[in-house]
Amino acid sequence: MTHTPTKPAPPEGTGRPGTGAPEPEGRRRAWRETSDRVRGAATTEPGRLRIIGAALALLAVAFGGVTAWQITERSTAADNVLHHSGPLSSDAADIYRLLADADATVTGGFLVGGEEPQSVADRYRKDIDQASTLITQAAANSRGATDAAALTSLSTQLPYYTQLVATAQADNRQGFPLGGAYLRYANEQMRKDNGLLSAANTLYRAETARLNHDYARSRALPWAAWALGAVALAALVWAQRRHYLRTNRVFNRGMMAASGAAAVALVWLLTAHLVARGDLGDSYAHGAKSLQVLNNARIAVLQARGDENLTLVTRGSGDSYDASFAKGMNGLAGTDPKGVGGELAQALALADTNAGRTPVNAAVKSVQIWRQRHAAERASDNKGDYATAVAEVIGGKDAGGATVTQTTGQCFDRVDQDLEQAVHQEQTEFRSAADSGHGALSLLPFGAGLLAVLAAAGALLGIGRRLSEYR
Amino acid sequence: MSDRNLAGGAAAGPCGEPSLEAHGRRRTERRGKLRATVRGRIAVAAIAAACALAVTAVLVPAGRGQAAAGKGAAEGRTQAPVGAAARRAPAEGPAGPRDDCSASLNPASGSTDGAAVARIRARGRLLVGVDQNSYLWGFRDPATGRLAGFDIDIVKAIAQDVLGDSSKVQYLTVPTSQRIQAITDHRVDMVVRTMTVNCARAAQVAFSVPYFTAGQQLLTAKDSPVTGFDDSLKGRRVCTAKGSTGQSALDAAPHGARILALDNQLDCLVRLQLGQADAVFTDNALAAGQAAQDPTTHLVGQPVTREPYGVAMNLADDDLVRRVNQVLAQYESGGADSAWMQSYRTWLAKELPGITGPPAPVYR
Repeated sequence: MTHTPTKPAPPEGTGRPGTGAPEPEGRRRAWRETSDRVRGAATTEPGRLRIIGAALALLAVAFGGVTAWQITERSTAADNVLHHSGPLSSDAADIYRLLADADATVTGGFLVGGEEPQSVADRYRKDIDQASTLITQAAANSRGATDAAALTSLSTQLPYYTQLVATAQADNRQGFPLGGAYLRYANEQMRKDNGLLSAANTLYRAETARLNHDYARSRALPWAAWALGAVALAALVWAQRRHYLRTNRVFNRGMMAASGAAAVALVWLLTAHLVARGDLGDSYAHGAKSLQVLNNARIAVLQARGDENLTLVTRGSGDSYDASFAKGMNGLAGTDPKGVGGELAQALALADTNAGRTPVNAAVKSVQIWRQRHAAERASDNKGDYATAVAEVIGGKDAGGATVTQTTGQCFDRVDQDLEQAVHQEQTEFRSAADSGHGALSLLPFGAGLLAVLAAAGALLGIGRRLSEYR
Repeated sequence: MSDRNLAGGAAAGPCGEPSLEAHGRRRTERRGKLRATVRGRIAVAAIAAACALAVTAVLVPAGRGQAAAGKGAAEGRTQAPVGAAARRAPAEGPAGPRDDCSASLNPASGSTDGAAVARIRARGRLLVGVDQNSYLWGFRDPATGRLAGFDIDIVKAIAQDVLGDSSKVQYLTVPTSQRIQAITDHRVDMVVRTMTVNCARAAQVAFSVPYFTAGQQLLTAKDSPVTGFDDSLKGRRVCTAKGSTGQSALDAAPHGARILALDNQLDCLVRLQLGQADAVFTDNALAAGQAAQDPTTHLVGQPVTREPYGVAMNLADDDLVRRVNQVLAQYESGGADSAWMQSYRTWLAKELPGITGPPAPVYR
């Protein structure tokens, strides 16, 4: 139906109910008249020109419209990556990490004996406060049933956990071994299936899935815009060639302008989206992949520390915690205590700059020393030298009264800091890449729209000029 | 550092290990034969003892120092019922599944100052495997940061006797699963850690005479309707440690209770406090520790099993075993003023009232 009526088109049936039976027949007649007129117009040159002009203008406008629509969609997805799913996924990772950190911190406090030091109490409190705040925020942004279930689970279990820890601390202050049993129970609530960490992990996965979905949408190729652009440009070229063959005139200014505008729009579309796609791909490597691996590594580190502490807190019945420590370390850094493997190796492979690799390399070294010191600490404890074992984990004096200067706690702190730095680094890269990807698309929808209008106008003017020669 | 070297020295056995092991095995075999003959004599002696007890408190040794029976039973040693030796007697026959193998070496039967005691003296320190998680028995006193408890008092008495100084002890925390290994490897001189004497263990380590008799008993909240190991358990949730004798007893006679088996007896108190269990079934010695940590709970009913605690030592350290038995005899003598009773009053009397003395020693 590409026809520009020189007279207003015959009124088509409005299809209003109640106008009676003649309607369908009237519509059929109108259709026949229209197609007859188009066929009639196509037999004369001015008629053909009108049809061509209309088609060109329509193609140009369609190209511009589809480009604006498809790019806006991708730009919105990129914006989500940057401002919604990205931060939400990182918040969920923070909830997970803060909970694991609280658990590791509180178990460490138990080893000191009696009342835990102020620094331990502060860090535990801060962890719980931040986690609660983030849970509330996540609830405000929650979408979907998975989120809701995980968030409900988190917000009901967290107070129960802190209550168990408080009881454990009260018992521990009185010197009751019952405190240790409470702490183990609290730790179990943290780690069991459907426990706190499991709920935090569910939330993290849901947010990350959403982030990955936004990435996929922002990076999807705009085939329709490309195809329409190519067709519009080809049609303009064909029309000019037809011109040339018929009139021997090389240039038609309107058509030239239209072709130029269409070509610029197409080139802009191609380059902007490919650049954005590259940037977003970069950001995905840092944001979705690197950060995920690093976050997992940080949580593994915190759990390993919790296991190490609990092995000593249980005082002689902590075999299962030591086994869990070994398993966690294998996942974190591979089975070879002196090598690199597991999540840290993945993080190294994903880090593509020196700034990204340096902290991970440092973490790898610290983990190696940690494992070495842990083995020595286990040997001390298995020999029954509890005081020395505790000193080798949190510092202080060993059984002989000498101050232990090389503790696994130092290694844990270092690894934690190194990984935090690595996360920070990757987050910066993620943000700047996503930002520049988003920026590359920002003007394109308007530009494409404007150029399309220009192209359509140019085509119509160019055709109009030819038509005027027939009057 | 010096501690580590010390411990290393104690474990320096590896080069001598095979011969040591063979030696140990020969010993065990020889002992097996010896025990068979001794058992017969004990049976006779014990029946005699039952009669004798009615008449006189003192038993005449039946053989040349080999099968001497409990001495001085008159001094109110009722922690194990007086007739215990007599009641055990029939079970001490060859079939003897109820033989608890709690008879130990008589201090008068040989040296109390041999190679093992010399080894400890040369080192200047007693290496003892203890628990630091059993409230009232072996735990860290929060006020001092040091180990304290009923078991620890016994360790101090032994150190005082052997080394002349109760503080010359190196306490090594030994997990339950490592207790026997630590002794056979000579990593420790002895384990004093609420360790129940039984025949399977007696084949691997040498026990002193029992210094306490515990039994599986129920712990409940004070307002609980549970009155003992009976039908008052019907429909109640009873918590016990996995693989413990308590679990076997519950499985055999559940009395309609729902059983919750956890890794550790102390976890059961947590569940009791959180309302996830109605009663805890465990060693009354450990249950006493639980009751002391939660004044709203108490022990109810009677002990269901009989579990004597002994000091465990290496099978090769005969002189040390005799020495420890000698120390225990002294520790337990003096009636109501004995060191044993003082320690009992300090740690256990509140939660385990009514004990008037240590179990009577049975020598072989």
